[in-house]
Amino acid sequence: MSVRKSDLLSAHARAEIDQWVSRYPADKKQSAVLAALREVQHENGGYLTTELMDAVADYLDMSPIAVYEVASFYSMFELKPVGRHSIAVCTNVSCMLRGSDTVLAYIERKLGIKLGDSTPDGKFYLKKEEECLAACCGAPMMQVNHIYYEHLTAEKVDQVLDSLE
Amino acid sequence: MSEELVNIEVNGIPLKARKGAMLIEITDAAGISIPRFCYHKKLSIAANCRMCLVEVERAPKPLPACATPVMEGMKVYTESPKALAAQKGTMEFLLINHPLDCPICDQGGECELQDVALGYGGDVSRFTERKRVVKDKNIGPLIATDMTRCIHCTRCVRFGDEIAGLRELGATGRGENMEIGTYVAHSVASELSGNVIDLCPVGALTAKPSRYQGRSWEYVQHAAVAPHDSIGSNIFIHTLRGKVMRVVPRENESINETWLSDRDRFSYEGIHSDDRLSKPLVDGVEVDWEIALDATVKGLKDVIVRQGADAVGFLVSPTATMEELYLAQKLAHGLGVTNIDHRLRQADFSDQATAPVFPWLGQELEELEKIKAALLIGSNVRMEQPLAGHRLRKAALAGGRVMFINPRDFEFRFPVVAKVVADPVGMVAALAGVAQAVAELKGESVPADLAGLTAGVKVSDTERTIAANLVNNAPATVLLGNLAVSHPAFAQMRALAGFVARCSGARLGYLPEAANSVGGWLAGALPHRLPGGKPAPAAGLDARAMLDSPRKAYVLIGVEPELDCWDGAAALKAMQAAEFVVSLSSYASVAGYVKVTLPVATFAETSGTYVNAEGRWQSFQGASKPLGEARPTWKVLRVLGNLCGVQGFDYISSEDVLAEVQGVGGSIQPDNSLGIGQPGWQLFQADGLLRVADVPIYAMDPLVRRARSLQSSPLAQPAEVRLHPDVAQELGVVGRDRVQVRQNGVAVDLPLVLDDSVPRGCAWIPAGLPASVVLGPAVGPVIIQ
Repeated sequence: MSVRKSDLLSAHARAEIDQWVSRYPADKKQSAVLAALREVQHENGGYLTTELMDAVADYLDMSPIAVYEVASFYSMFELKPVGRHSIAVCTNVSCMLRGSDTVLAYIERKLGIKLGDSTPDGKFYLKKEEECLAACCGAPMMQVNHIYYEHLTAEKVDQVLDSLE
Repeated sequence: MSEELVNIEVNGIPLKARKGAMLIEITDAAGISIPRFCYHKKLSIAANCRMCLVEVERAPKPLPACATPVMEGMKVYTESPKALAAQKGTMEFLLINHPLDCPICDQGGECELQDVALGYGGDVSRFTERKRVVKDKNIGPLIATDMTRCIHCTRCVRFGDEIAGLRELGATGRGENMEIGTYVAHSVASELSGNVIDLCPVGALTAKPSRYQGRSWEYVQHAAVAPHDSIGSNIFIHTLRGKVMRVVPRENESINETWLSDRDRFSYEGIHSDDRLSKPLVDGVEVDWEIALDATVKGLKDVIVRQGADAVGFLVSPTATMEELYLAQKLAHGLGVTNIDHRLRQADFSDQATAPVFPWLGQELEELEKIKAALLIGSNVRMEQPLAGHRLRKAALAGGRVMFINPRDFEFRFPVVAKVVADPVGMVAALAGVAQAVAELKGESVPADLAGLTAGVKVSDTERTIAANLVNNAPATVLLGNLAVSHPAFAQMRALAGFVARCSGARLGYLPEAANSVGGWLAGALPHRLPGGKPAPAAGLDARAMLDSPRKAYVLIGVEPELDCWDGAAALKAMQAAEFVVSLSSYASVAGYVKVTLPVATFAETSGTYVNAEGRWQSFQGASKPLGEARPTWKVLRVLGNLCGVQGFDYISSEDVLAEVQGVGGSIQPDNSLGIGQPGWQLFQADGLLRVADVPIYAMDPLVRRARSLQSSPLAQPAEVRLHPDVAQELGVVGRDRVQVRQNGVAVDLPLVLDDSVPRGCAWIPAGLPASVVLGPAVGPVIIQ
């Protein structure tokens, strides 16, 4: 038997992808690529490797480059190893006017890392270039592991980050 | 097809336009120029460069002409203040990140961005911020990249997707960080990859072999015809101070459209190969033409006087021009020699008497893309005739049913509806099965002369599907490829294919191998026929027989027998045993058997004519002078004719020769007469492991074998053995890097590759490569240990 690149996918990932594929017309399998990448990234500790993207491409009958395009386009996909907890501070105009720069500087100081880096213990990842997260009424805000925290102050940031394992 | 037309007005000029057409198609046809980068008539519409914005009456904003369908009564202004302001604005944005390095850019002088910027760009840049810089990618030896210059038109991306059928380039990242590339570094592996060089409107993708060799305005452009496959692609040869610098496509919608295969584009490098000959050689020593010609005449006459004319054999390359092929046969016949052939890779000549005057495609190239069903027998069309493969791909994507009977599961970039992958024995059996199935479907019986082949054949489901598709779809075609011609039972396959085509209502066609394979038949470079297909009074020996029963003297015209013949080992042996071998060649032979080498011109240095697969005659002029003392082959043959005292060799120009050959062959209508079977025929049989050889895409003729860049590209195949994993298991060679291959008592060590595209019972060992020449025929028993 020849080895297929999609052999890398776990049974659970396959089941999850299949479930998404079933929602689209039979000849539009590639519509499931976002969901597939999300699942595969989740199983892989928060980031994608070229091998995993090739596996998704093979599984969905896409050319690998088409998967790389998607994965590199969306900021929720990481293409290199990152910390367990992803912190995304919005720095768009509303948040900026409400002091997001100070929040960001505080987090950088607190964690001892720069924007775009992960802490050496692999706990936190300070995500670069997060676009507007559509929570301007709660500015300044950040997203930590898919949860929004609004009206940020130094105390609130401490509270959120210190509560994480 | 009736077309609905609408009336539109562009810049006050009333125009009729096909309903549903995009505005830019209509203005292009009317000669109204609209600037564009991303739009290309052969690619899908992306509308992402925004350069073609025009003003349309009653539209609130300028619209992109490439993505705006025409509508009745539409009034368009391409040069109004509003349109010009939009175009100028787009241009300014495009130039924001584009480096202003035209003086050091290879595209400078033939750059669409440069041209359009001249017309629509500002004098001064208002952008004072930092420009973005993009790292260059290494995508192989053919295409150079300068990605900072890229304007993201995505023509190259769409080309891969839509034309090459292999999406290797893409746009990764987003916004300011978007880059065109392969993401994972690798060489682009397409037989048509070079076309992105022409498509790229800026200097991001340029030709690596000719990079920084000259400026486009210094080049002199010569119209010519590509010298490799039987498509006869139209090309321009660009020369600088008399030296061939590069080759680009010359648009011809009915032949190569706007494309060119990489083989035709980059093979010119072989012209400047290190072993190119500039002076005649006798026994490896440079001599004057006079001495070399005298030695040739003396050598030939000597053999003829002592051993008779039958002791001489002429092998002529199927890439020789009409003029050369014609003069070669005239010289041979003048000397009384009937042993002449150009069918170097054919194995089975048993039915040559009933072969058509010239085997042709059976249809025009343009018709291939409208085919509803096609059965290709023994053809890796993608590598053998890349642009015929492109036409078939178009047919397949439009729902045409393309099917194969092949000795290997080749990779095609289009859907294949049915395929039989079998060893050479199985191929004939499968074709017999298809013949039987077609006969059953049409309620006919297989004719008596083929009954021996179909008797007792069990028709498989796949064969029945193939038959049904041919019968139920029109237009349909049955095509014989290079691997059918090199099959030891070619006559059986031709007869069966002929019956399948006739009975199912399909056209029978051939995909001739080389640039002038068709011309070789018409010009009479054949042992059994004279020019124009008239039967020869006495048939001589064919290409294979000339080697199997060696001659005393050989005349080689553009041929390297050990690499170009069906049985390389036999060819080498025959040459080594011969008393006298004269070679009209552009290159010095390393084999050592050549007594006299007469240096001749390459395709770019001679005038001549090729006849392509459609039977289309295309003449061309030399683009540069032959290197050193090399001379066009037709002139060398003319002199040899005169020196040998043969009558009728008083030509002044190659046009005189052409007129003569056109007189006998120019008006012959193509007709692929059907092969005639033999009542006593039994299905082709062979025991044990069979070697099957193809000729890799970049090994087909002496010129391309010397094209350096092509030889280092991913499609250049090394000499190796490919075995099905199960066969390797049986032979106990799994896990070995190299194996010993024995054929006809000769053994060589070759790398082993396990490959389940090779059928069981076969060992795939390519021909045309130095490492495998000592092995025997392209199809024959082989032992692997």
